[in-house]
Amino acid sequence: MKDFIIPWDDRDMGTPAKEGAPVTLSIDGFEVTVPEGTSVMRAAAEAGIQVPKLCATDSVEAFGSCRLCVVEIEGRRGTPASCTTPVAEGMVVHTQSSKVRKIRKGVMELYISDHPLDCLTCAANGDCELQDMAGAVGLRDVRYTAPGNAGLANHFEARNTSGEANAQWMPKDESNPYFTYDPSKCIVCSRCVRACEEVQGTFALTIAGRGFDSRVSAGGAADDFLSSDCVSCGACVQACPTATLQEKSVIEMGTPDRSVVTTCAYCGVGCSFKAEIQGDQLVRMVPYKHGKANRGHSCVKGRFAYGYATHRDRILHPMIRDSIDEPWREVSWDEALSFAAARMRGLQEKYGKKSIGVITSSRCTNEETFLVQKLTRAVFGNNNTDTCARVCHSPTGYGLGQTFGTSAGTQDFDSVEHTDVVIVIGANPTDGHPVFASRLKKRLRQGAKLIVIDPRRIDLVKSAHIEAAHHLPLRPGTNVAVVTALAHTIVTEKLYDEAYIRERCDWDEFQDYAEFVSDARHSPEATEMLTGVPADELRAAARLFATGGNGAIYYGLGVTEHSQGSTTVMGIANLAMLTGNVGRKGVGVNPLRGQNNVQGSCDMGSFPHELPGYRHVKLPEVRKIFEEAWGVEIDPEPGLRIPNMLDAAVDGTFKGLYCQGEDILQSDPDTKHVAAGLAAMECVIVHDLFLNETANYAHVFLPGSTFLEKDGTFTNAERRINRVREVMKPMNGYADWEVTQMLANAMGAGWNYTHPSQIMAEIAETTPSFAGVSYEALEEKGSIQWPCNEAHPDGTPLMHVDGFVRGKGRFIVTEYVATDEKTGPRFPLLLTTGRILSQYNVGAQTRRTENVVWHDQDILEIHAHDAENRGVKDGDWIRLASRSGETTLRAHITDRVSPGVVYTTFHHPDTQANVVTTDYSDWATNCPEYKVTAVQVSPSNGPTDWQEDYAAQAEKARRILPAAE
Amino acid sequence: MSPEKMVRMANQIATFFKTQPGQDAAEKVASHLRDFWEPRMRAQLKTYVEEGGAGLDDAVIGAARQL
Ligand code: SF4
Ligand code: SF4
Ligand code: SF4
Ligand code: FES
Repeated sequence: MKDFIIPWDDRDMGTPAKEGAPVTLSIDGFEVTVPEGTSVMRAAAEAGIQVPKLCATDSVEAFGSCRLCVVEIEGRRGTPASCTTPVAEGMVVHTQSSKVRKIRKGVMELYISDHPLDCLTCAANGDCELQDMAGAVGLRDVRYTAPGNAGLANHFEARNTSGEANAQWMPKDESNPYFTYDPSKCIVCSRCVRACEEVQGTFALTIAGRGFDSRVSAGGAADDFLSSDCVSCGACVQACPTATLQEKSVIEMGTPDRSVVTTCAYCGVGCSFKAEIQGDQLVRMVPYKHGKANRGHSCVKGRFAYGYATHRDRILHPMIRDSIDEPWREVSWDEALSFAAARMRGLQEKYGKKSIGVITSSRCTNEETFLVQKLTRAVFGNNNTDTCARVCHSPTGYGLGQTFGTSAGTQDFDSVEHTDVVIVIGANPTDGHPVFASRLKKRLRQGAKLIVIDPRRIDLVKSAHIEAAHHLPLRPGTNVAVVTALAHTIVTEKLYDEAYIRERCDWDEFQDYAEFVSDARHSPEATEMLTGVPADELRAAARLFATGGNGAIYYGLGVTEHSQGSTTVMGIANLAMLTGNVGRKGVGVNPLRGQNNVQGSCDMGSFPHELPGYRHVKLPEVRKIFEEAWGVEIDPEPGLRIPNMLDAAVDGTFKGLYCQGEDILQSDPDTKHVAAGLAAMECVIVHDLFLNETANYAHVFLPGSTFLEKDGTFTNAERRINRVREVMKPMNGYADWEVTQMLANAMGAGWNYTHPSQIMAEIAETTPSFAGVSYEALEEKGSIQWPCNEAHPDGTPLMHVDGFVRGKGRFIVTEYVATDEKTGPRFPLLLTTGRILSQYNVGAQTRRTENVVWHDQDILEIHAHDAENRGVKDGDWIRLASRSGETTLRAHITDRVSPGVVYTTFHHPDTQANVVTTDYSDWATNCPEYKVTAVQVSPSNGPTDWQEDYAAQAEKARRILPAAE
Repeated sequence: MSPEKMVRMANQIATFFKTQPGQDAAEKVASHLRDFWEPRMRAQLKTYVEEGGAGLDDAVIGAARQL
């Protein structure tokens, strides 16, 4: 099998693709048929003819400023720019003539007269469109020169020959950690400005000044890139035809010589990238144009934050120790694996089969996750497997499974291009799912309406050229009341889609549900006091959603991480069914998954009650499939979930854990309880890149590999299975699937996979929704959205098209139940948590990159009113306490949060925001209630005792003995 | 698991199913517990119910009898 591929046709077509009726024209004598609205330039490119260009690129709309792309069109006067001229039926175009050649040469001559000629030492040498175009138009000499010693008529010389400063010259802006802006090389084509607007949607760049004085400017006059609104997505860098905006890695290393298409390992958007390399050194990541999730865009994490892969903190040798008070000992793989295997088997002998288990990773590949759950089911002989999805989207699985019959998100990301009204609830896409946010914002700028339901005024509520029609700033913990009040309005005002409901849903259940929501106690007026959402605003939002055309709901962890998380998910499904918004483009229920492979890890049977493909372990016919494939007996009883494992550990019945690529001590709620659980275990095996927080309690450390070092697949939030391809060999010696296999074999499994494609073949054989998935098919199609089987050989972009998976859609009654976590005199504020763009989850990766310039510590957001009452000023150290514990961090005063609500992120281990969160959880799934904790805030001088004890324990636990010679 | 935590978790489940139409809340709770609670947890619940089941919702007590 090919391990990497040279990307398919990746040319710059000059202008974006269009959809429309076919139009046929002739270009240089060749007939070409393209959709109406296509530019002449793109039509030529389709015919294989490249018209010279500078200001056009196919990621942004044409602008027509450089005039290099002029052509002649029969029957038209002059020489129109091919990038801005749309095709017409029967048009006859000539892209080369002496006339256009002369014009192009003249244009280039002018450009080059104001451009430094240091091509040989320029970072873009070999990768510069200005250079290419000078060649393409046959530029041989430049007649213009800057006038002698008068004011210099150029932008690139700092001083004239007499040493006078050139007022037009500007120094390089190197403030961004990942790219530089060198104004002396700018040709003012404005591709960067348009990329920032159209692709990213941030509007950080403008062209300041006019004519010869025009300059690209980030933010206001006093800003540099770092201080401007720039979010460092890199779209402008990618669009820039010159070295003006250039990756620092390219400046340092030179241009790459090959590329491998792979998938980002950060968030659930699952962007495709070309990893561009020299040998086995990664030079840069460039979002892949044909990536169907991202369509050529990315965020700062995927494009730039890969430095952790080669960070000196990476652990490359296995380590063991008898007890966690001892320092680590570096040992051979053999020794580590036999140590681990003997301990695990010993525990089972002493405490029973069910005394050990695994945690699979939502960051590892599908193949790796499949093996880890197989390890527990086939080798340990129990179902004690869980995954980080427990703490994020397990309620999605339950809620959507109950209502629609499958936990799958219903749409692909392209669907947003057909949406008219969007509800974003409990999600902050500009930070959590940035590329989806850019695509959403693009649609909003085209006129789609937005309703934001979130306690915080997230960026989407109002930012450049975007404003939500309604923001419902609810009190944390009242999601169900708000969603039910929306349904109340839709039902009582008869705005529901009766025909749709009659055809696709269970009508009797709808009757029960309609009667339930119609009760006056669910009206927006009745719940206003509770939710804090003004009734008229809520009614207006409900009306807009029900009547505004294609309605789509996107939600995140602000929905699931509550004691009623599953109920809210059902409420959301109810809303979509009520309004007839499931089963076509532009609509649907779209869970925004957190980590890159949350979807995949759930699909792969990571949950203790489900075998791969979401089939309950109680079902004999499903167990039979795996029993035959694996030659073992499968336990018919559900296993322990993560919180249950910790409880059982404290009780003394759960003793050993293999934890792959997850840091439960930092990421799971109620840190003290997690620590107590881990401390009570006799064998904790951590398999990770770094000595993470959980490893402080581990007895075996198995070094992990990064996504750059292995083959496999990730499945993103749209159920899209994307290939991960090996870019370099694993620094630790083995890909993670190999490590799991070695551990299994040390315990007597006898597995012999030699490539992840064989694991995928086993998945396809045992799991109907993956039946048609294979590495060959992925190679051919690029990516596949499951279900992929005989009925859907190309995969399934949209779910429930001809009816719900379960048959009739089920409306489920969603009674609001207040969480037990209540504010009171001791803890009067509600803490809610979230994340920010530049950091990722527990930050193990992003904290080890330059991304720390944007976020070097967790900050508590607090409203001025609450801050003043407590004598807290902006930037002060404060103590944040709940009934679980307390921590300290700095405060930021803002009106983004309402009075009574405070907010923080959980990216930094020294803050340990989860010391404060409680062990309350979702009623159905035990997904922890991260989003609501009653807290108190008071001034403080420094770290708490817990923080100091924790730091001391961590330092002690991380000691490594020098390797024995 | 501490009894308080178990009681809270079990009652949360009962609270949901009691809001659903129909008279069979205990049955639904029992089937939820069978599907999602590991045998150790169900055993702990049963023992707790046998010892009096203090603080448990009726539907949970009914469910525990069916387990
Ligand atoms: S920075 Fe690059 S993309 Fe922007 S105007 Fe200058 S040359 Fe064009
Ligand atoms: S990096 Fe992204 S946000 Fe920053 S200026 Fe460029 S396009 Fe705009
Ligand atoms: S973090 Fe998410 S949005 Fe950013 S590049 Fe990676 S997959 Fe794309
Ligand atoms: S490429 Fe058409 S005007 Fe610049």
